[in-house]
Amino acid sequence: MASLITCPHCGTRPKEEFSIRGTALTRPHPAASEEDWHRYVYLRDNPKGRYQEYWHHAAGCRRWLVVDRDNVTHDVFSVTDAAPARGASE
Amino acid sequence: MRYSAYSIIKQALSGNRLWTPAWREPEPKPHYDVIIVGGGGHGLSTAYYLAKEFGITNIAVLEKGYIGSGNVGRNTTIIRSNYLLEGNIPFYEFSLKLWEGLEQDFNYNAMVSQRGVMMLAHSDGQRDAYARRGNAMRMHGVDAEMLDRKQLQALMPYLNYDHARFPILAGLLQKRGGTVRHDAVAWGYARGADMRGVDIIQHCEVSAIRRDEQGRVTGVETNKGFIGCNKLALATAGHSSETARMAGLELPIETHVLQAFVSEGIKPVVDHVIVYGAGHFYISQSDKGGLVFGADIDYYSSYAQRGNLATVEHTMEEGVSLIPGLSRGKVLRAWGGVMDMSMDGSPIIDRTPIDNLYLNAGWCYGGFKATPASGFCFAHLIAKNESHHVSRFLRLDRFERGHMIDEAGKGPQPNIH
Repeated sequence: MASLITCPHCGTRPKEEFSIRGTALTRPHPAASEEDWHRYVYLRDNPKGRYQEYWHHAAGCRRWLVVDRDNVTHDVFSVTDAAPARGASE
Repeated sequence: MRYSAYSIIKQALSGNRLWTPAWREPEPKPHYDVIIVGGGGHGLSTAYYLAKEFGITNIAVLEKGYIGSGNVGRNTTIIRSNYLLEGNIPFYEFSLKLWEGLEQDFNYNAMVSQRGVMMLAHSDGQRDAYARRGNAMRMHGVDAEMLDRKQLQALMPYLNYDHARFPILAGLLQKRGGTVRHDAVAWGYARGADMRGVDIIQHCEVSAIRRDEQGRVTGVETNKGFIGCNKLALATAGHSSETARMAGLELPIETHVLQAFVSEGIKPVVDHVIVYGAGHFYISQSDKGGLVFGADIDYYSSYAQRGNLATVEHTMEEGVSLIPGLSRGKVLRAWGGVMDMSMDGSPIIDRTPIDNLYLNAGWCYGGFKATPASGFCFAHLIAKNESHHVSRFLRLDRFERGHMIDEAGKGPQPNIH
C-alpha cells in the first residue's frame, strides 16, 4: 500500500519519512498566460490509475522525488530524483 | 406505506411479514427530465428535494453500486455548522436546520442526535481563533459557546488535560451539533424520492456522457443502455474528476482516501462529538456503544477504498494522546472512503460551462453533514438554473476569479485541507 518507497539515494524507506506535495506538474514559465497559471495552480487531471506525484524525502536525503505509482492498486513503478526530469522538460 | 407507531403494532400483529420494500427497483425509462449520477446521500437528497420542493418528479438516480455502498455509509456521521467564513456558515447552518426537521419531513427514523460538538483548544492562539469562530457563528445566528478548562473537566473528565505538549485550555461547543445514523439517511431519502416517483436504478454505471452538435448534454451511456435526459446532474464525490472527464471537464480536485474506525462496544463514556484541536482526531460513541473515530487523510492521491497502516498508527496515537483510556480498547473495524479534495477545502454546487450539465463535487471530508442542504441547493440550481442564496459562493469558477473559500487558510494544497 505504498508503505515502502525506494529512494534512489537512501534505499527502501518507510512512507512516514516522506511528505507529499501532490501531482508532478511542470511549472509554467513565469511569463506564461494567466490561463496557464490557473491550470497549473488549481486544475488537476486527477486520473484513477497511474499517477506521478512529488514526494519530498523530508526525513532522509531531503531530495524531491517523483513517485510513479498506481493510485488504485498502490503498486509503485519507479522512484526517481525530480531534478533531472525537471531539467529535461525546461 | 407511512411509518408510524401504529404501523409497527399492525405489522407486529401480522408477524412482520407484510412490510414492503422501502423503494422500487425499476428498469430505466428511455428518457428523463433529470438524471442524477450518483446514488449517495447527496444524489438521493437532490432527487428528494427536486420532487418534493421543486415539482420535478421525472427523475432517475443512477448508482453504480447499491444504495448506501459509498461514502454515505463510510463517514463518521457528524453533523455541525461551526464554520468561520461567510461562504460556509449560512450553508451549513441551513443544513443543520434541515437535519433538525428531517425525520418528520421524510418519515424515517434517522436517529438525529444533537449531542453537541466540542472543538478543543490547546494553546492561547488556538483559543483566540476559536473565540473568533464562535463570534462569527453567533453573528450568523448559530449557537456557539466557549467553555473554560474547569467547565470542560466537569463535562468530559476522561480527557488528558495536562498533556505536556498539548494541554487542553478551552473548548468551543456547538450544542446543536451531533450525529446521525448515516445509512438511515440514504434509505430515508431513497424512500422519500421513490414515493414521489423518482426511479432509483442501482448497479447502473455511467460510462459516457452523450452530447449533441451544439455541445449540449443529451443523455448518458450506461451498462443498461443509453438513457436520455434534459438535464444531467453529477453527484459523484470521490470520483467527480472521473465523471466530469466524460464531458471533457477538468476540476480543481484531487482524490484522496480517508480512513475511519470503530471500536468494540463499550459502556457509554463519550457523550459528545469531540474534535482534538492539536491534531485532527474526532470521536463520538454510537448508540451500539462503539467508539467511532478518524483523523487525517493518507496524504497521497488514492482511489482505493482502503488506507495505509502509517495513518492507522497516527490516528491511534492522536486518540490515546487525547483520551488515554482508549489504549485499553480494541478496534473492531476500519475502512476507507475516497474524497474529492478541492483546492480550497470547500465544495462546489454549480452549473458547468456545458449546457444541461450540473455539478455537485469537492466535499473534501465534510460531505455528510451537508447532505440535506447540498441536495436542497443542488435541486434549486437544477430546477431554477440559479444558485440558492446559501450556496451562491460555492461556484466552480471561484478559483479563476480569486474568491476561494479557504476555511483553514492553507492555499491550493488539497491534501492538507
